[in-house]
Amino acid sequence: MVTGMQFGIFTVGDVTPDPTTGGAPTEAERIRATVAIARKAEEVGLDVFATGEHHNPPFVPSSPTTLLGYIAGQTERIILSTSTTLITTNDPVKIAEDFSVLQHLSGGRTDLMLGRGNTGPVYPWFGQDIRKAIPLTVEHYGLLRRLWREEVVDWEGKLRSPLQGFTLAPRPLDGVPPFVWHGSIRTPEVAELAAYYGDGFFANHIFWPSSHTRTMVDMYRQRFAHYGHGAPETAIVGLGGQVFMRRNSQDAVREFRPYFDNAPVYGHGPSLEEFTSLTPLTVGSPQQVIDKTLGFREYAGDYQRQLFLLDHAGLPLKTVLEQLDLLGEEVVPVLRKEFAVGRSPQAPAAPTHQSLLRERDAASTGEPTES
Amino acid sequence: MGGVTTRLTIITGGLREPSSTRMLANRLEAAVRTELAGAGVMVESSFVELRPLGHAIIDAMFSGFPSAPLEKAFATVADADGVIAVTPAFNASFSGLFKSFFDVLPEETLSDMPILMGATGGTERHSLVLEHALRPMFSYLHALVSSRGVYAATDDFGAQANGAVLRERIAAAAADYARLVQGCGPHRKRDSFTEDATAMEQLLRGDGT
Repeated sequence: MVTGMQFGIFTVGDVTPDPTTGGAPTEAERIRATVAIARKAEEVGLDVFATGEHHNPPFVPSSPTTLLGYIAGQTERIILSTSTTLITTNDPVKIAEDFSVLQHLSGGRTDLMLGRGNTGPVYPWFGQDIRKAIPLTVEHYGLLRRLWREEVVDWEGKLRSPLQGFTLAPRPLDGVPPFVWHGSIRTPEVAELAAYYGDGFFANHIFWPSSHTRTMVDMYRQRFAHYGHGAPETAIVGLGGQVFMRRNSQDAVREFRPYFDNAPVYGHGPSLEEFTSLTPLTVGSPQQVIDKTLGFREYAGDYQRQLFLLDHAGLPLKTVLEQLDLLGEEVVPVLRKEFAVGRSPQAPAAPTHQSLLRERDAASTGEPTES
Repeated sequence: MGGVTTRLTIITGGLREPSSTRMLANRLEAAVRTELAGAGVMVESSFVELRPLGHAIIDAMFSGFPSAPLEKAFATVADADGVIAVTPAFNASFSGLFKSFFDVLPEETLSDMPILMGATGGTERHSLVLEHALRPMFSYLHALVSSRGVYAATDDFGAQANGAVLRERIAAAAADYARLVQGCGPHRKRDSFTEDATAMEQLLRGDGT
């Protein structure tokens, strides 16, 4: 990899009627489309496929490691991740087990992004209380880290039953836990958590103006250094993005507008033009996507992972696959090359199972580590 | 108290031009300025008119983030040492636009903020809108609401006798409010971003491994 950067896609997994036809896929069709999208992402040379986790209609990905395990069986190379795994309402023991198994099945092509989840009713559905979201995050994640790192865990907290002599089975692949990102739309606590543990910080980026992302990423980098993990430039940053492309930018705007105008998340609000000027959304030619994406590092610094949202708001599978062709063939190769130009030698490569394994082995033999 | 400057932000939710809501806002601002000048306090005033922000307010509600002009209005409120908020009375309450502005204003902006309430309406029969709608909302937002608000009915702007009464009500409310603003001193701006991160650090240091 030229830059040490990873490029990929993340899906929300929404079942939304296509506003131009009124037709919606069935849940089965949507799930199969998600698999087709993940396979296509690998085929066009992307590095990462990540799925969201939702527990209510109109979303289908309630069981991300089931989905990712199936995709792992159909792919060879792509890294499978989440966006996000709910650290509040999932039991940390189950998260540790599910992702350990996925790591073994995928041959180490597994990492995960943790988030709190902001759908109120999901908390009581899983016996939790949204008012305790932050303490749950801290306690669950503290336990999760220990389950992956310590052979025998004795643990006692306030929000989960205690564990005595618990050993996670299976142990993480090669004894190396999956790399953890912490994803946030707007909460500084998440940046603080990522910095505290020296984990990756992923700014969702797509719903907020770039000024906000700059503030969050700056804060994470400063706090990463504050907690003694290294210089701010050595922190691990990921960004979201959202694109719709056609060769001719006017065609892209014309085709995407009804999807934008009716999108469940921001439809009937700001105009497409306002939203593209304020947020990372790019609707236009591949060159416009390249130009805008290269601009992200002006405020996020040299970063490690770029994920795009492509398959939402009722866009048909055929269109999404065409987007992936453009992304893989015309956009990402240029981004890899251009992001390498002027990249700080201090900026680390995106962590992978292999790089973490090398670091672990180097540390245990006392060799200096350089990823 | 020579050399002291107090920043006032006046939020006005009138819809028409000219607007009786804006007229009341102007008069409240002038009366507070006079009171504070008497105490040796200079006043710097900024007006936030809600009508030009109407679309931006709804967009912020839908998209979750403010446009640049709305963000500037938020900053004007956050930077103030005191806020004068004036709304027309609609259907036994504040206007929807007025409420919507406070619905999208970042949390804690009005915490410990001295507030002078004003409202306008067709008849004096709506005057308790100040006590039944505005005061509970501002109390909920942890603002320090001045004891006396000013309600102005259409008649107050016309008839000689009523006009004099309105002038007196404005002067009395401004005197109360000026004392409140002076008592509170410069408003400490809440930075919930940093506060949240600091609270998180404490939590991590307590529970983290």
